[in-house]
Amino acid sequence: MAKKRKSNLTFQGYRRENGRVGVRNHVIILPLDDISNAACESVGNQIKGTLAIPHAYGRLQFGEDLDLFFRTIIGTGANPNVAAVVVIGIEEGWTQRVVDGIKKTGKPVTGFGIERTGDLMTVAKAARAAKDHLQWASELKREECDISELWVSTKCGESDTTTGLASCPTVGNMYDKLIPKGIYGIFGETSEITGGEHIAKARAASPAIGEKWMKVWQAYEDDVIQAHKTDDLSDSQPTKGNIIGGLTTIEEKALGNLEKIGRKCRYIDVLEPAEAPAKGPGLYYMDTSSAAAECVTLMAAAGYAVHTFPTGQGNIVGNPILPVIKISANPRTVRTMSEHIDLDVSGILRREMTIPEAGDALIDMVLRTANGRLTSAEALGHREFVLTKLYRSA
Amino acid sequence: MSGSEGGKVMGIPQFLVHNKKDTVGVIVVEGLKAGTMMSGVNTANNSTLRLKSRMAIPIGHKIALTDIKSGATVRKYGQDIGKAVADIAKGEHVHVHNLKTKRW
Repeated sequence: MAKKRKSNLTFQGYRRENGRVGVRNHVIILPLDDISNAACESVGNQIKGTLAIPHAYGRLQFGEDLDLFFRTIIGTGANPNVAAVVVIGIEEGWTQRVVDGIKKTGKPVTGFGIERTGDLMTVAKAARAAKDHLQWASELKREECDISELWVSTKCGESDTTTGLASCPTVGNMYDKLIPKGIYGIFGETSEITGGEHIAKARAASPAIGEKWMKVWQAYEDDVIQAHKTDDLSDSQPTKGNIIGGLTTIEEKALGNLEKIGRKCRYIDVLEPAEAPAKGPGLYYMDTSSAAAECVTLMAAAGYAVHTFPTGQGNIVGNPILPVIKISANPRTVRTMSEHIDLDVSGILRREMTIPEAGDALIDMVLRTANGRLTSAEALGHREFVLTKLYRSA
Repeated sequence: MSGSEGGKVMGIPQFLVHNKKDTVGVIVVEGLKAGTMMSGVNTANNSTLRLKSRMAIPIGHKIALTDIKSGATVRKYGQDIGKAVADIAKGEHVHVHNLKTKRW
């Protein structure tokens, strides 16, 4: 590990075998494929304190789509918020591929194949391994870590005009303060930057990185939108919820969205979906969908440990392993959906709170969350785990 | 929490504006009625504005800061957010009925 810069901001985290720091201590039961969900959920039910993460895919995928699938599943197991993993798959080949991928972090991981064994015997064996992992993990201790060891992601959802005025600039102010302290940040949502692509391109750390970003955006425009659109997208971008909230055009939505990267930060690389950042501390861009659960799942798979999520009309998304902090400035949302909101910044609209004050309040909430405070999404059991699929399976 | 900005104490504004080039602002209070003489703040420089609402406008929705001719570019964040598809009078609600992206 490189010597880390020290700041006055610290948190209590779990240092993993590979040096990364997590803020949760999950033991997960990870299915390789859809048909192994039942066995994983059975193990999760038997061994209290473990967490099964069912999903819909993993069969007959190929090419780039299969690469993304493995990157996401392996990345989820490798995330530092995960202490140990049990993998169950229908057959042993791909199961072992996931086990080997996660094992590179040095954390305990055990895999089981169901063929020639059956669900019941597999569950018996996997439950015993899960119990061992869980008891081992329960003795791990948090230790003091500098904030530079924290990886903080962002994505907004159910945006309205209040996100652009207040909750997105709150995240931007946090990044303006924490990126110089050496954290890893990330933003994405390729579709939603449509209308603000000139601004996003200009925020790259170098022209070459800006060109790389533009290529990603153009590919999305050509391969996804122009290839599949049936109308002018005005019904999906902005969404119905966005429109109820007062957002009219994709440009307006994009400009509000980009407030999340603050005034000073520049992104230092453009990542594939679920790709782990590899150029050191700083802000990254990831090519993601703007659908909340898909985007957050990809950022978790890239290794991020805390997520900041501005919302206007009240997106309630969570993730199984990544704590999602909800920030809202819409007074109606804060009042009618209070159980979902971790940080109320509606005072910005009333001019009772400045954006730098809100940024400080968010940094405080990020540190409290890192120290173990459960987010609203965690307390309410929001564990949306949604894989991004690039095309039909074979 | 302090209610002062730059030494100047203000009440709660009914609308906010991102940038001095903008032709629309955002209503930030619930239950705004037609004919309200409103105070607003430009968040870029904390300057204050006065504007009368011509209609009831929901929180989070936009209001025209000036008369906007059909076909004219509408600006927010100092940027082009689309074009007016109807004449819009100062103080009127601006949304999907009179503003559309130029892109699609």
